[in-house]
Amino acid sequence: MSNKRIDELKAAVRQAIKDQEVKHIDIGELQAEDVDVKKLLKPSKETRQEYWGKALTSLAILLIVVLVASIIGFVGYHGLATFFENHVNFIKFLTTSVWDPSNPNKLGSLAMIVTSFLVTVLAALIATPFAIAVAIFMTEYSSKKSANFLQTVIELLVGIPSVVYGFLGLTVVVPVIRSLFGGTGFGILAGTIVLFVMVLPTITSLTVDALRAVPKHFRNASKALGATDWQTISRVVLKVATPRILTAIIFGMARAFGEALAIQMVIGNAVLMPTSLISPASTLTSQITTQIGNTVMGTLPNNALWSLALLLLAMSLFFNILVRFIGKRGAK
Amino acid sequence: MRAARMNRFAKGVIYTLVGIVVLILAGIIGNILISGLPHLSWHFLTSEASNFEAGGGVRDQLFNSLYLLVLTTLISGPIALGSAIFLSEYAGDNWLVDLIRTTIEILSSLPSIVVGLFGYLVFVVQVGFGFSILSGALALTFFNLPILTRNMEESLKGVPQTQREAGLALGLSNWKTIRGIVLPAALPGILTGLVLSGGRIFGEAAALIYTAGQSGSIVDYSNWNPFSPTSFLNVMRPAETLAVHIWKVNTEGIIPDATLVSAATGALLVIVVILFNLGSRYLGNKLYKKLTAAK
Repeated sequence: MSNKRIDELKAAVRQAIKDQEVKHIDIGELQAEDVDVKKLLKPSKETRQEYWGKALTSLAILLIVVLVASIIGFVGYHGLATFFENHVNFIKFLTTSVWDPSNPNKLGSLAMIVTSFLVTVLAALIATPFAIAVAIFMTEYSSKKSANFLQTVIELLVGIPSVVYGFLGLTVVVPVIRSLFGGTGFGILAGTIVLFVMVLPTITSLTVDALRAVPKHFRNASKALGATDWQTISRVVLKVATPRILTAIIFGMARAFGEALAIQMVIGNAVLMPTSLISPASTLTSQITTQIGNTVMGTLPNNALWSLALLLLAMSLFFNILVRFIGKRGAK
Repeated sequence: MRAARMNRFAKGVIYTLVGIVVLILAGIIGNILISGLPHLSWHFLTSEASNFEAGGGVRDQLFNSLYLLVLTTLISGPIALGSAIFLSEYAGDNWLVDLIRTTIEILSSLPSIVVGLFGYLVFVVQVGFGFSILSGALALTFFNLPILTRNMEESLKGVPQTQREAGLALGLSNWKTIRGIVLPAALPGILTGLVLSGGRIFGEAAALIYTAGQSGSIVDYSNWNPFSPTSFLNVMRPAETLAVHIWKVNTEGIIPDATLVSAATGALLVIVVILFNLGSRYLGNKLYKKLTAAK
């Protein structure tokens, strides 16, 4: 603000004091010269606090965004080096199953991709009916007390560290498979069982949320029409909750697909195309876990592992998109 | 009467499936506790891990786990709180905010091994921290941020809108309203989220094996100088945690009592997770009663 303008303002204030009509307001010794116009025109303390708050919180959120961008950037950069620097054929990388990281012409990840998908899909397939049954039981049949108890136990199981599940698989599941079917006991079957137990609580708790979100009056309306409990559940409740149940299953699959240590402990870690459920195999995660420490940064064997990590990242993005897509369809 | 028979049949099937699940759940928890608890002695908790012989304990691993937990919470707590405040109080409804929410969702669904690899690449190799507690805490922070942010945002959103209006009506700035009114009201939820995430951090291993490392160094618990290489407070020393220890002794370890050590460590982890779960509930309820007029 120019000094001229300030002088004008002060003159106006002086005039106002002189012309003051309501005499009973005592303005005391106040003179126009006492009014610090510059200070009045500055942002108030409150406004400044507001800027600070906004800046501080924006900074925090910016940090997360930059972090995600750099994770994708770094993993992408190192994962793509296999194809751009070492000139491995991308199509061959995805469609052949001989994994010899020292030879750029014999680098195929198909065996691991197939194994990863097999254990994930099998675990989700087995877990889903159980999860839906438990969720129906908790929301439709059981008393509030036992539903609460089950909820607590399921929350606890979600929180059990994955290495503990892996250890249980190693000491309980693998020996049982060994004595039942022969072989080493390590393999896709053991991996599936461990993952099944791990995703069961995840899918269950999300399905419970899905069923609880179905309004009570839907059920009442169905029962008023003379429908049995089961008819109400199967034709009304489950139908309304379908999009959210699908989301729950995908979340479970995403967890299974990205699980590393538990599966690595029981799958056998042999990069072979799976021929049976009890032959040793290797998933994308287990291969990364066991090998990254044995390779040197920047060499082909190391870049190849980063490519596997990039595949994992891509799959996790794909699961995300799928969840969004289902959410949008369900909202219609 | 087919519908009635179907109804009974479906109920039977559901009860059977629930029965099987309950058996599995009981089996898991029972197995962990029964095989682990007998070996969980004071000696086990207070003696050093051994590399070759039987009879080692988990003293250093236990301390490392707790230390990492504290450091991670200290780093991720403020960032998550800031982000949560932004999302619940300042963010509008536009494409940018939508994009931000999507990135947070992506971060939360990333496999922890990928987060661990990123931490390895950036902090261990490029920044040069090496295998260290600091690298591990930063990797765990990435892994922890999205869930913590979402938790805190939920708690903040749970504060009634009228409370904010009351603050603004008093002439307070938005920021003052958030700090003085919204945050205290949301505190129980925020702390509950913080403690619950603590349980997850405590059991995480995949993000740590290539950031905090898989071996311990010599740790001196009487050395309080955090810059000395042998001090237990030094953040630049490599550190193996409880969860990593289980994985290590089962895959690469050569100690003869690997099964016993892992069973006991597993039981210890599960007990700590139970404590965190119960603790978060207790704390949440207690604080809620203390800070509000609710009976």
